Amino acid sequence: MSTTAKVPVPVDESEPAAVPLRTALKAPIMLGVVTLLVALLIAFKARSGKTTFRLAADTDFFDLPEITVPSTATVATVVVLLAAFTAASALLVSRGRRTPVWLVALFAVLAMVGFLAWAAAGKSVPVIGLLGGSIALAVPLVFGALGGVLGERAGVVNIAIDGQLLFGAFAAAIFGTVIGSPWGGLVAAMLAGGLVALVLGFFAITYFVNQIIVGVVLNVLVIGLTSFLFGQVLAEHPDQLNAPDHFGRIPIPLLGQIPVIGPVLFRQTILVYLMYAAVVVVAWALYRTKWGLRVRAVGEHPKAADTVGIKVNRTRYTTLLIAGLIAGAGGATYTLVSVPQFGQEMTDGAGYIALAAVIFGRWDPVRATLAALLFGFATNLSGVLSVLGSPVPSQFMLMLPYVVTIIAVAGLVGASRPPAADGEPYRKG
Amino acid sequence: MSTDDENQPASVEEQTPDPKEPPPSGHESGRFGGVLREIVLGNALVSVLSVVLAVVVGSLMILLTDENVRDTVSYIGSRPGDFFSAVWTAISDAYSALFRGAIYNTNVEGFEGRIKPLTETLKFSAPLILAGLGVGLAFRAGLFNIGGRGQMLLAGAAAGWVGIGMDLPLVLHLPLAVLAGALAGALWAGIAGFLKAQSGAHEVIVTIMLNYVGYYLVFYALSKQGLLQAPGSLNPKSKPMPESVILPKLLGDRFNLHLGFVIALVAVGVVWWLLNKSAMGFRFRAVGENPDAARASGINVGRTYITVMLIAGGLVGLAGANQILGTATSGITVDLDAGIGFDAITVALLGRSRPLGILAAGLLFGGLKAGSFSMAAAEGIPVEIVLVIQSLIVLFIAAPPLVRAIFRLPKEATA
Amino acid sequence: MTLELRGITKRFGPLVANDRISLTVDEGEIHALLGENGAGKSTLMNVLYGLYQADEGELVLDGEVRKFAGPGDAMAAGIGMVHQHFMLVPVFTVAENVMLGNEATGFAGTLDIGAARERVREISQRFGFDVDPDALVETLPVGVQQRVEIIKALSRDARVLVFDEPTAVLTPQETDELMGIMRQLRESGTAIVFISHKLREVRAIADRITVIRRGAVVGEASPTATNAELASLMVGRPVELTVHKEPAQPGPDVLVVRDLRVLDDTGHTHLDGISFSIARGEVLGVAGVQGNGQTELTEAIMGLQSHVRGSIRLGEHELVGRSVRKVLDAGVGFVPEDRQVDGLVGEFTIAENLMLNRSHGKPFVSAGTVRSGVLEEFAQRKLVEYDVRASGIQAKANQLSGGNQQKVVVARELSRDLSLLVAAQPTRGVDVGSIEFIHKQVVATRDSGVPVLLVSTELDEIVALSDRIMVLYRGQVVGIVPADTPRETLGLMMAGERPEGTAA
Repeated sequence: MSTTAKVPVPVDESEPAAVPLRTALKAPIMLGVVTLLVALLIAFKARSGKTTFRLAADTDFFDLPEITVPSTATVATVVVLLAAFTAASALLVSRGRRTPVWLVALFAVLAMVGFLAWAAAGKSVPVIGLLGGSIALAVPLVFGALGGVLGERAGVVNIAIDGQLLFGAFAAAIFGTVIGSPWGGLVAAMLAGGLVALVLGFFAITYFVNQIIVGVVLNVLVIGLTSFLFGQVLAEHPDQLNAPDHFGRIPIPLLGQIPVIGPVLFRQTILVYLMYAAVVVVAWALYRTKWGLRVRAVGEHPKAADTVGIKVNRTRYTTLLIAGLIAGAGGATYTLVSVPQFGQEMTDGAGYIALAAVIFGRWDPVRATLAALLFGFATNLSGVLSVLGSPVPSQFMLMLPYVVTIIAVAGLVGASRPPAADGEPYRKG
Repeated sequence: MSTDDENQPASVEEQTPDPKEPPPSGHESGRFGGVLREIVLGNALVSVLSVVLAVVVGSLMILLTDENVRDTVSYIGSRPGDFFSAVWTAISDAYSALFRGAIYNTNVEGFEGRIKPLTETLKFSAPLILAGLGVGLAFRAGLFNIGGRGQMLLAGAAAGWVGIGMDLPLVLHLPLAVLAGALAGALWAGIAGFLKAQSGAHEVIVTIMLNYVGYYLVFYALSKQGLLQAPGSLNPKSKPMPESVILPKLLGDRFNLHLGFVIALVAVGVVWWLLNKSAMGFRFRAVGENPDAARASGINVGRTYITVMLIAGGLVGLAGANQILGTATSGITVDLDAGIGFDAITVALLGRSRPLGILAAGLLFGGLKAGSFSMAAAEGIPVEIVLVIQSLIVLFIAAPPLVRAIFRLPKEATA
Repeated sequence: MTLELRGITKRFGPLVANDRISLTVDEGEIHALLGENGAGKSTLMNVLYGLYQADEGELVLDGEVRKFAGPGDAMAAGIGMVHQHFMLVPVFTVAENVMLGNEATGFAGTLDIGAARERVREISQRFGFDVDPDALVETLPVGVQQRVEIIKALSRDARVLVFDEPTAVLTPQETDELMGIMRQLRESGTAIVFISHKLREVRAIADRITVIRRGAVVGEASPTATNAELASLMVGRPVELTVHKEPAQPGPDVLVVRDLRVLDDTGHTHLDGISFSIARGEVLGVAGVQGNGQTELTEAIMGLQSHVRGSIRLGEHELVGRSVRKVLDAGVGFVPEDRQVDGLVGEFTIAENLMLNRSHGKPFVSAGTVRSGVLEEFAQRKLVEYDVRASGIQAKANQLSGGNQQKVVVARELSRDLSLLVAAQPTRGVDVGSIEFIHKQVVATRDSGVPVLLVSTELDEIVALSDRIMVLYRGQVVGIVPADTPRETLGLMMAGERPEGTAA
């Protein structure tokens, strides 16, 4: 743990840095690449016709009109705007400043509008369904990512998110059915996620087993266990064990009637509202509370934490357990929402997307949530586009989260620095 | 790595604290005593006990879900004999079915029929050994290759593409297809090695993500006419492999065992030589154990990462080729890896990343796999029981102190 | 508060790290604990601080026997520690580090960072520190980080303060300032334990000195004892504090470094245009406080740094831009400053470590295959020649003591045909016997005509071995002076002051 301390060399501040800050340069470069890609869309495969964006839901206070735009002209306009944004970013960086987040966000929305205008030429895009569905798809990813962030901030790499989701889904189906209430299922799902976390902790913290190995193996174990029990027990008695009640949609009064935002954000199931709460609570707890300070200390420099009297491994256990409860709740989404029934390997590797969101979100709960939402959006977009008959094969849309993550870890976008003691077991002394 | 199970005393050095620095050990018991101690306290015993533990847990699962056992447990007080006989029946039936499926089938006539399960075990073990070598070799160089699935898919697709896309005589066509598979696996894994060398991107994340990218890539190619999809079909599947690329059967047409097993054995030998005798393997191990010292000793660590991943991916690619050209020749699908990419991790861990260990572990898991089908057929026990046993074995093996505690063995001697 | 340790024994398996150690520290006293590397000083302090549990003996505070289950208990009892390797979270601010484990909280566990800031300011003021509570620790210079450690301990009202090798990373000036702080603390009634192996500092500040060797107390000494007395007490036999060597017979310059600049990945300058040369048969010592560019200098020569400008000429060869392997092939021997990290593969055998940088060809490799017979014969010979105490050539490197590990590294490097030896901290964390052996080897290498670049933060070592001394400060050469330059002058140079009459 403690090698010889590498002492930072005093730096001559008066001299300007000879190598320009490479991280800052990445933003304009990435923006430029995206601009080019959008431009290539019309350059190589221009699509005639008009694209319609449907924005209205029948529950709104007032109806937004449908927006119909000519496809190619819209893309062209978008490209010009994107180029302007890129130039602005480059200008800022050349003056030694960073590209602001709002600029990147606006850029992303614009690029997406351009892409949709091109991809759905001659069709109409159900914006509400696209966004609302994205949120629904992102729920397990967000819960999983929050669990992943917590674990890693405490220094425990959690590859077993997928196992936690799957075990949560499994427990929710059985206990939701047996208890006869989706709430029972939700609690069971959380406990199941917590159980996987404790097993992870048992091997990784108590027995110093490599955390990546435990994580990978736990995923296989959960797949084996749930599939075995599914085949042996659930499939034999589907009505008694695998037919839980499910959570219905709860529109929030007033908020739910705001156009676009209402149907997307506030006409969802209780699990989605719990997700909002979880993001806020986790972010607050991690950065603003004594508990969070200790969790972060344990993940960054466990020995330092130990020397001020913090019980490192106990902190890691409790954090991991809480993370497991959260990830387990994400698993409940699979069996307590739209199709209330457990199926073998039904998470289909979503835990790995959640893991990707953790890294893409740079181990920060809010950023990881945004990444999870982005990935949910990509997944839903691929579905919507394949219904619309878009020219982009759905497989490429589905590939997106993984490709984006590879690009992120390869250091092409921003600098990502995991917690310093991430993955390191703590041995006293 | 996980097998790091030393219980060294904490640092007593000062100045440059060094947790791995016990006092100089001047005493060593004789050669023979050392061997004995290795057997009693060493890793081999832990491996065996881990398998035993996992099988015990697997048995419990079979019991808990067995109808008869559950029925008889309700009146265990009045007639315990029923319960115990139900337990005995459930367990013995399950394991004899496993034995009949994996080694020797007493239920059929004729030696050939009876010995056939053993050849099935060998058949199933071939890709496990190959992919296990790929994962294990990477482990030895300090890299986690979790990308077996993607590498196998890409390799299977490439080998299959050569298979269906060309018309050549067998002597050319088959080696070409195998080579294409190895190459595709190598390149896919090489991406992770390259990114690691270039930017330090963690290969665990990259290989996991590449699994999915590879999956969707192959999926796309299989759903696209003109790429890999069988002409006129709507399913994501290619045409079957032509005769000229199918790995020849080793024991005639009555057995499914094919040349893939021989390839696996050769690979074991080659990797053994590579790791234990060659200078390149020496450098792999140096990088795996201490990349800093390797770098300071003039070893190009980045290039080593790339080379290791290329070879590892090539081995996994051979497993993919083995599947499409030997075991599942009816056409490329996105399931052609059959979970072997992940099984390989458990094989490598059980084999402690040593070629001969991987051979043994591959045979064991191949046997479990072969036997699981007959357990499912005869006793209705879901084949996933194998996954459970397999993952438990690895968990136990990775935590020797736990196994020692369970069996109340003495602690491993230090120094 | 008075601290008393009574008969503390701590064992690790068969090894007795502390053998019935007794020690008393009174209020307002600085008690130095002097001992060689590995003598058991840090183990004892870790027992005191609750990180280890003693197997025997008791710990008495103000006459009361205490048991500490962890550092939390020790801190609550008023014991604070300034660790040798700072126990600070680099990405936290000063205030966050100071409050960690001792947090002031508001509603529902919310952190009261304001209170922590106030505490940092208040203590800083008391001791005249200039510490910004909101600065990130990783951005602070080492000296300031150490002050944060002190603030951290004081913020918990420590009455007994342990300083574990606190001067290792400080300039002479910072060391003086630290001594001032320690005196100030003593005046205010704090009991101070000062752990060190540096005789000079111990004599300068301690009220009492306890010397330990191989885990046991071997005697008490007063600060008036001479260096030689303390050293022989510490080592257990008379120690030669000087190295015997003939005057150098320098030949023509072999290594010529011109305008060498080294940057890191973030663009910061670590070496700023330095120039020097070393002649055949000469030892050039590089003095300086740790972190003033020495690491970068040796690594730049070895090809281990990526942003290097300028020129390093070794005979006919230009080394800048060459790979490590090419540099090694040019005949450069390298003893890295941290053998655990850069010098050895712990899990490899002694034999394997001896061929670590010769895995590409002769004599150990032919046709891509390792010639194990040749290697074993070689290793066997070197084991004897370099007096490596091990069970055999198949012993793993991490089973050896620090001194024997270092002998393996030295054996490997000196067994090649060298045209230059680069030795960085060759005796760090090494027992005195091995130090003497390694020093003899360095001198012998010089005498065989090989130029030697010796980097050390131990000024004594530099003075003993070098023919000329180059002092580095903040990546620049303060001066290159003869080996008989007075220590005081060298000390000033290490703080960046260029004495008159010396050329840069």
